[in-house]
Parts: sequence; structure tokens; C-alpha cells
Amino acid sequence: MGHLGINIFFEGANFLRLLGGLYVSAKIAFLSIVFGGILGIVLGVLRTLHNPLLRLLLRLYLEFFRIVPTIVLLFLFYYILPQSFNINYKADTVGTIVFSLWMAAEMSDIVRGALISVPRHQVESGKAVGLSTVQLYRYVLLPQSVHLMIPATINLMTRIIKTTSLLLLISVVDVINVGQQIIEANSHRYQDGAFWIYGFIFILYFILCYPLSRLARRLERRGKAGANG
Amino acid sequence: MDWTVVQNSLPMFEKGFWLTLRLSFFGIIGAGVLGLICSFIQYFKVPVLRKLVSAYVELSRNTPLLIQLFFLFYGLPQVGIKFSAEVCGIIGIIFLGGSYMAEGFSGGLAGVSKTQIESGLAIGLSRFQLARYVIFPQGLMLSVPAFAANVIFLIKETSIFTVLAIPELTNTALDLIGMYYNTNEYLFMLVVAYAIILIPLSILLTWLEKKVRYGTFGN
Amino acid sequence: MAEPLLKVEHLKKSYGEKQVLEDISFEVEEGSVVVLLGPSGSGKSTLIRCLNGLEAFQGGTILFNGETVRPSPKNWRRLRQQIGMVFQSYDLFPNMTVLENILLGAVKVQKRKKDEAARQAMGLLKEVGMEQYANAYPRQLSGGQKQRVAIVRALELNPKLMLFDEVTASLDPEMVRGVLEIILRLAREKMTMIVVTHEMNFARQIGDKILFLEDGKILEETPGRQFFTKPQTERAKNFLESMDF
Repeated sequence: MGHLGINIFFEGANFLRLLGGLYVSAKIAFLSIVFGGILGIVLGVLRTLHNPLLRLLLRLYLEFFRIVPTIVLLFLFYYILPQSFNINYKADTVGTIVFSLWMAAEMSDIVRGALISVPRHQVESGKAVGLSTVQLYRYVLLPQSVHLMIPATINLMTRIIKTTSLLLLISVVDVINVGQQIIEANSHRYQDGAFWIYGFIFILYFILCYPLSRLARRLERRGKAGANG
Repeated sequence: MDWTVVQNSLPMFEKGFWLTLRLSFFGIIGAGVLGLICSFIQYFKVPVLRKLVSAYVELSRNTPLLIQLFFLFYGLPQVGIKFSAEVCGIIGIIFLGGSYMAEGFSGGLAGVSKTQIESGLAIGLSRFQLARYVIFPQGLMLSVPAFAANVIFLIKETSIFTVLAIPELTNTALDLIGMYYNTNEYLFMLVVAYAIILIPLSILLTWLEKKVRYGTFGN
Repeated sequence: MAEPLLKVEHLKKSYGEKQVLEDISFEVEEGSVVVLLGPSGSGKSTLIRCLNGLEAFQGGTILFNGETVRPSPKNWRRLRQQIGMVFQSYDLFPNMTVLENILLGAVKVQKRKKDEAARQAMGLLKEVGMEQYANAYPRQLSGGQKQRVAIVRALELNPKLMLFDEVTASLDPEMVRGVLEIILRLAREKMTMIVVTHEMNFARQIGDKILFLEDGKILEETPGRQFFTKPQTERAKNFLESMDF
């Protein structure tokens, strides 16, 4: 019959191993968000400059990352990159690169959207006082658009965290991978291990993402109220 | 790039292509219906159901599809509920997509302007009539952009079905790579296949958005 | 003397801590036009919106057509067929044609036959010069045209009382006159009306009685002609001077 399913967590180092896997997922997510976020802001600003070629190139970059499913992106980078450029990175690094680029692409759209919604007369007033382009961005555009970017950015962060679940497919030893190993190792002792382990991981993701979702929602609501003030 | 490899694998990719479309289609319809029902429940603040819908939306939006699929396919059979891989896939999309659709529709319904509602009240419409003639038509029109984004998102999510060995597009490509190692060719075809689905769809949906927006903002 | 069509007694309304309307009392005789004037924030819009249930009030009574108004959704639904309202934002339903907009109340709320209602609708549209737009959609109309349709939409229900809440405030200047002329015509046809407006010349022509409000209180209730030449209060005098350019 097997032992009571939930006890699978108390076997050996199972629980710790799961948390270790979670750490890997969280680390990749965190690094991607930071690198991708910074790159995204830069790209977003660049996309609002009046250079059609630059805007087209960056737009193509964004659309590529939007059309291609993330799973496919991971495989593209994992398999093709080593061959074409003779670089051999660990799966973790490939994952971080892919997610950073994806984060940057989406972020650039958020930043661009926020920047172009700053009322035109604000920009014109700035120009009228003689501000240079850099100063315009620094003192007028960015400060006034930041609050618009925040809820969308937080939602994006939540999406990145959720999508790290795909890393196991390029053999990153993340939380789901560890979960699978545990289930297999204990399959004859714990018949319903899968139910409990996957259920637990489900809840882990929820615990990670839910606070962020709520924060984003609260900021969005406050933003709307403030903007209409 | 070996074009003969590309040519030879076309039949398999075609099968995967149609499967992806089929699964997406049913998943999106199911998600749309579920989302619509949920948004109505939330809009009319139906007592008990409202809390359930909130819980459902939060639960499904904050967890990855992959885990939902694993739970459905590997976890549930262990407590007696068994679905085929494809059914798991569709259930997963409906479960995940339903909450995204619900948020989209809710946003649309909430976006109907207060003055429109007051105009309706001023000619004596009942709450039900108000919903039927004013709020729902306009609310649904306002939801179109969100709906479009969700459609594209869900089609991409079907790529995750590969983990359950469902022979959709991504799985087809990965399978072929596993067997013949022509990574470049197969990944190229995979990207092209998704582009064929998503680019025209994206253009179509943008056109729809524009058409609807013109109508709504006629005031 | 006949009973006034509308009688408001000691109406009170507050938003939380803030008292928005204080002890409002006045009467509207059938066939007369009452104009509400006053600075922004004086409560004119709030008051007129209380009269068809769009705003709730916490104290006082409203008597319409001899009956005390008991505020409930069901009652307001019934009353709104007799009290028509036209808003500043000429909100026509964008997913319906002009004619459909007008017929919605008549057919679905008053349960009238479509032909009869359509005949009346076309007649009214002709009076406001919009009959060729019967099958047009709101997005094809200008602001002034939409407002004219909004007026017809309200009139279609054959109301006994019409409420106008700053209906020309959002219109381009050239269109204002057309709409005001329609309202003047209604007055001549003896429609009982309460009008909130900033158009002083119009108010002077149409107002049988002027209610001057400030801070939620009626400061002055004066017959129309007299208000503009010899207002009773200092505040009213200042107000008129500030509106004069």
C-alpha cells in the first residue's frame, strides 16, 4: 500500500532539496529581472528616440521575443548558441540569458508605452525652457512615467517567475526537476508522491507570485486614483 | 541549412501545426466561456460564487501552466482521476486561460463609462435591461484588446504541452531533433510555424481592435 | 391654484462629512421653467440629479405629481418615465443607431408598439432637424447633433418634467444656439422644466423663476425677469457681474 503520501516531505533531505531547487529558480529569475530590467529601460528609452532604423530594429527584437514561445527560445539558445558561436554555457547561464533578453524586450515596451503617454505639453514646456534631450528624459519624461510602469513591471516579474518552471526542460536543476527526482526515487514507497510534490510546488509558486500580483494591483488602483486627482 | 531536411519533415510539422491549432482553438473557446461567466459573477457580485471566482483567478494566474499540467497528468491519477494527455492539456489551458479572460472581460465591463449607465437609468431601464443593452455590448467591445492578447498568449502556452508528449508543434520539433540532430533546420521550421500562426492572427486582431475602438469612442 | 407639479421640501444631502445640500425647498408649477444658477460647486447639478434618483438624499421629501417619492429602484424606474433628463455629456449608446437609441425606452420600458413609437420618434427628430440621421450611428454625429438626439430620446417617453443639466457646456460655441433654441421652443409649448445652465442670456429668456444656489443652500428665489435686473442678494449681484463680460 505504501506510506501516507504527505510523509514524502519528511523523508531524508527531500524538503531541503526542494528548497534548494527553488533557490536555483529564484536566483535565475532575480538575475534576469535585474539585468533584463536595466537593459529594458535603456531599450525603451531608445525606442522613443526619433531614429526610425533604431526603432525598427528594436521593434523586430521585441516582436521576435513575443512571437516565439519561451520554451522554443530556451531551446534555440541552448542548442544553437554553442554551435554557431562556439560558446558553451551551463544551462543555468543560458536560462538567465534567455530570460534577461525576454525581460528586456517586454520591459522596453512597458517603458516606451509609459514614456509616450506623458502629456505632450509637458515635453514642449521642457523644450521651451531649453532642456537638452538627455535632460528632458531625466527631469521630465522618466519621473512622470515611472508610476505608470510599475504595475506592469511587477506583473512582468510575476510572469518571469512562473516561466522559470520551463528551465527543467534544458536540464536546469530547478525546483520542478528536483521534485521529479524525488517522486521517481520514492515511487514504490509513496504511491501518490506526485500528487503531493506537484501540489506542493504549485503552492510554492503561488506563494511567490501572489504577493507580487496583489502589490501590482494595489499600485495600479492607487495610480489611477492619483492620476485623476 | 539543409533544405532537404526541411522538406522531408514538412508532413510531420503539418500534423503538429494542426494539432496545435486544434488544441488552441478548443482551449481558447473554453477559456473564453469560463472567463465570461466569471466576469459576470464578479460584476454582479453574486454572493458565494464571487469569492470562489476570486480564489480561482488568483490561484490560476499565479502558478505556471507546466505545474498545472504535471499536477493534472501525474498527480491526479494517484488519487483516482485520470485524463489523457490531450485532455489534460485542454483542461490546463481552460483553467489558466479562464482567469486571464475573466480579468480581460471584467476590465471591459468596468470600463463602461458612468455617464453611459446614467443615461440608461434616466430612460427608465431596469438593472437587467441596463446590463443587456448598455453594459454588456460596450463592455465586450472594450475587452477586445485584452482578449486579443490572451488569444496569442494561450496559443504560445500550448508549446508547453510538449512535456506531456502531446505531438503538437514544439514536441514535433524536439522529437525530430532527438532523432536526427538537425537542430538548425527543425528549430527554424518551428519558429516559422509559430510565425505563420501568430503574425497573421496578430494583424487580424489589431484590425479588430481598431474597428471596435472607433465604434466605442464615437461619443 | 393648482398643485405644483414638483414640490421639494427640506431636502438634505451629504457626502460623508460634507454637507452638499442643505434644507432645499422650492416648488415648480406645471408649465413653468425653473433655472438653477450659481457658482461651481454650489450643488446645482447634485440637486437636479436628486430629482430623478441619480443621487440619493438623506433628508427631506420630494413630491411629484402629488405623490411622495419613496426612493427605491423600482419607483425611480417608474418615475423616470415621467421625469426626463438630458446630461452635459451627450451620451448616446454607441452600439445603436439614432432611432434605436430613441426607441429603446419607449419599446422596452414603456412597452409601446414599435410603429407608434417610431412615428413619434420621427416626428420629434423632424422638429429638431435630425430626421435624416435616423439610421446614423452616434459616432457619425457632431456634439450638437448628438445632444439634439439626446433631447429627443428623453422626450420620446412623454415626460411631465424635463431636467437639463448644463447641456450646452461641452458643445462648441456654434452648436450651442441650436440646442438652446430647442429648449426655448419646449418652454413655449409649456413643458415643465428645470434647467441648470451658465448661459445667462438663455436663462434670462427662459426662466420663469430663478433659484440662486451657493454652498448647497438656496440664497435666493426670484421671478426670472427680476433676478437679472434687481437681484435680492449681494452674492447674486456679484455672481451676475462676474458672469458679465
